[in-house]
Amino acid sequence: MAEFIVKSGSFAPSKGVGTLRETTMDKQKTKLKKGAEMVVEVLLSEGVDIAWGVTGGAILPVYDALYMNRDKIRLIDTRHEQGAVHMAEGYAKSTGKVGVCVVTSGPGATNIVTGLADAYMDSVPLVAITGQVPTSLIGTDGFQEADVVGITRSCTKHNYLVKNIQELPQIMRDAFFIAKSGRPGPVLVDIPKDIAAASAEVEIPSKPSIPLSKFVPTPDMNELDKIAELMKHAKRPLIYAGGGVINAGAAEDLYKFARKTNFPVTLTLMGLGAYPATDRQFIDMLGMHGSYRANMALTYCDLLIAIGSRFDDRVTGKISEFSPHSKKVHIDVDPTSIGKNVKVDAHVLGDMRFILKELTKRAGSKDYDAWYDELDGWNQKHPLGYKQDPKGATLPQFAIDEIYRVTKGDAYVATEVGQHQMWAAQYYKFNKPRRWITSGGLGTMGFGFPAAIGAAFAHPNATVVDIAGDGSFQMTLQELAIVKQYDLNVKTIIINNKFMGMVKQWQDLFFDKRYAATSIPAQPDFVKLADAYGIKGLKAETPKETKEVLEEALTKKGPYLVDIVVDAEEHVYPMVPAGGAVKDIVLSKEHEKQKAIEERKGPKKATQVHL
Amino acid sequence: MRHTISVLVNNHAGVLSRVSNLFSARGYNIDSLVVGVTDDPKVSRMTIVVRGDDRVIDQVEKQLNKLVDTIKVSDLTNEDFIGRDLALIKVKAEPHTRSQVMEIVQCFDAKIVDMALKSFIIEVTGKESKINGMVELLKNYGILEMVRTGEVAISRGKKVQEEEEKKVKMKAGKAGQSNL
Repeated sequence: MAEFIVKSGSFAPSKGVGTLRETTMDKQKTKLKKGAEMVVEVLLSEGVDIAWGVTGGAILPVYDALYMNRDKIRLIDTRHEQGAVHMAEGYAKSTGKVGVCVVTSGPGATNIVTGLADAYMDSVPLVAITGQVPTSLIGTDGFQEADVVGITRSCTKHNYLVKNIQELPQIMRDAFFIAKSGRPGPVLVDIPKDIAAASAEVEIPSKPSIPLSKFVPTPDMNELDKIAELMKHAKRPLIYAGGGVINAGAAEDLYKFARKTNFPVTLTLMGLGAYPATDRQFIDMLGMHGSYRANMALTYCDLLIAIGSRFDDRVTGKISEFSPHSKKVHIDVDPTSIGKNVKVDAHVLGDMRFILKELTKRAGSKDYDAWYDELDGWNQKHPLGYKQDPKGATLPQFAIDEIYRVTKGDAYVATEVGQHQMWAAQYYKFNKPRRWITSGGLGTMGFGFPAAIGAAFAHPNATVVDIAGDGSFQMTLQELAIVKQYDLNVKTIIINNKFMGMVKQWQDLFFDKRYAATSIPAQPDFVKLADAYGIKGLKAETPKETKEVLEEALTKKGPYLVDIVVDAEEHVYPMVPAGGAVKDIVLSKEHEKQKAIEERKGPKKATQVHL
Repeated sequence: MRHTISVLVNNHAGVLSRVSNLFSARGYNIDSLVVGVTDDPKVSRMTIVVRGDDRVIDQVEKQLNKLVDTIKVSDLTNEDFIGRDLALIKVKAEPHTRSQVMEIVQCFDAKIVDMALKSFIIEVTGKESKINGMVELLKNYGILEMVRTGEVAISRGKKVQEEEEKKVKMKAGKAGQSNL
């Protein structure tokens, strides 16, 4: 990516002196500045103190300006642009601030597309700055040219190609505003090299050119009253909260609302941490791999209050059988989420903190002893659990339970994608928001390790864990170099079953154990690999070794790479098959076998597999 | 059901691309899409004819509204509105059929904008059904070539949308200014 041809010759500054508007608010006096300097000025004024990327020809001017400001903004150059964008994501998810990623044109930009799509699906605030070939070369198939704006149009909240230096500062200001306002998301700004290198007298605007109302609607108070009324009559109410609560910074308001109303709370994968997991009112995660209790609560509740969640297919399963007895209420900031998958009876759009406060004011406090008894009953019937034989193979659930225990539930936990991710969601109990860092919507393998690195930069004194599968880890492991270079407190724990576990599970269930492309026999010796990168590596092959190894890696300061060999035959339970209803829930291996026998006895039905 | 949706957008490069991308990415069926500048050079108006049930149309409107460059979305379908297509039709005009074709042109209130020895070019504007009708008739005489815009639409009367446009433009103007 650092290969480039420098185009000599200067770009003549555009005609006309930059606008000298009368303004007393802008501290920057209008003087001749380079485009790249304007970019850095906006970054600084937005409170950016760190950015990730890989250098290259087209982004040279911007990197030069960043270098000149290296005492104020740390520029972390990574081994691959995908690492950079996921690090920016991990930073954003663990702090709520906008993550910044700066890469070059062509392949540099295309390498962050996965990360942008990931941020788009999980509503992560990011600003990605990509270099572009000089304006005179755009459209000529120039060296390292790519139509980045065209390519990223459907995976960014908005994107820009800067056409002249006059519009550059306002675009940068707007980019940050769009990224963090309303439902957060990634914004890309494509800056041609000549514009970054040019100089002009352009004022740096202090405000965005877009009104906030574009991203945050005004709440309809009538709907709010309607919801309060529905709440009065509910006998089996259920709060279904998601990632939106965390994005809105509304965890405390959710807690107060739940406490006042005494409603039970279930969380989505993205919402974990939005409500304390150890609290009595929490009834586990719901959805495809959610608990029996949570899924039954969903099916039998009479009032479902969706707060910052989007009725994703992993939660709803078969829509015609989704929560059939309930009135549904939706609180969100994004109008497109309302009624997209499931019809609701009332909804309020707007700032979540305000809405929750207002609802809490209008709410009464009742006892729902009968309902809680039912919930307890379901939990006792089929609780989450596993049996670790001390002499047997290490169970992945046991390893994760150990991680939870040793870190006291207080670490920043990133995961990759697959079985280990689901077990981490089930067994690590998060009491605070922004500790859980996972790729939910897009499900990007290779996300967790760089995301953990991003979180470690944001919280250098905390313990940051990446719970990884062996398949996922091998996708972005080159960033071990960054962990070493900056001596980050990142503990990468590989739950190693030598398989793409989740896909294998589906192959076990639906494809008669035909393991197409899921076995991963050729693996590096992870301990030697760690050593090659100058990092401490440990391996565990028994439950006893697992305990010892985790005790060391998680309590001692410094980076660790831990390889935990686990049983490859474990499946994630419960499982509601895709497109299935709660009655199709599979609770254990034995239950699985039972169902298979029953199906063989019954009439032959085509099993539709929605992947 | 067929819906005619009028969208006011910022006249920025790539807006058309963004809107058509939105539609194709989510699989909505566009019958036609016409866009052009309004009396304000910074604002363009798009008229999109979409097919879908209530739920689809609801999503289409909301997704359009979500775009940063969208100023306002109006579903004109259930209101009183005027919708017009324009067609340019090159018809065969043999000596024995010329006068008949010219009669048809008169009946449909169309114009002949080009005359050659063996062909006319007819320009016709009107509702979609009117143009369809004329095309059906002209087929009997031989259509050599034809080009047609999609529907452009505007709500009847000195209506709310115009007032809203002004309000919205004023708001957008204010947002860009720094505080004094």
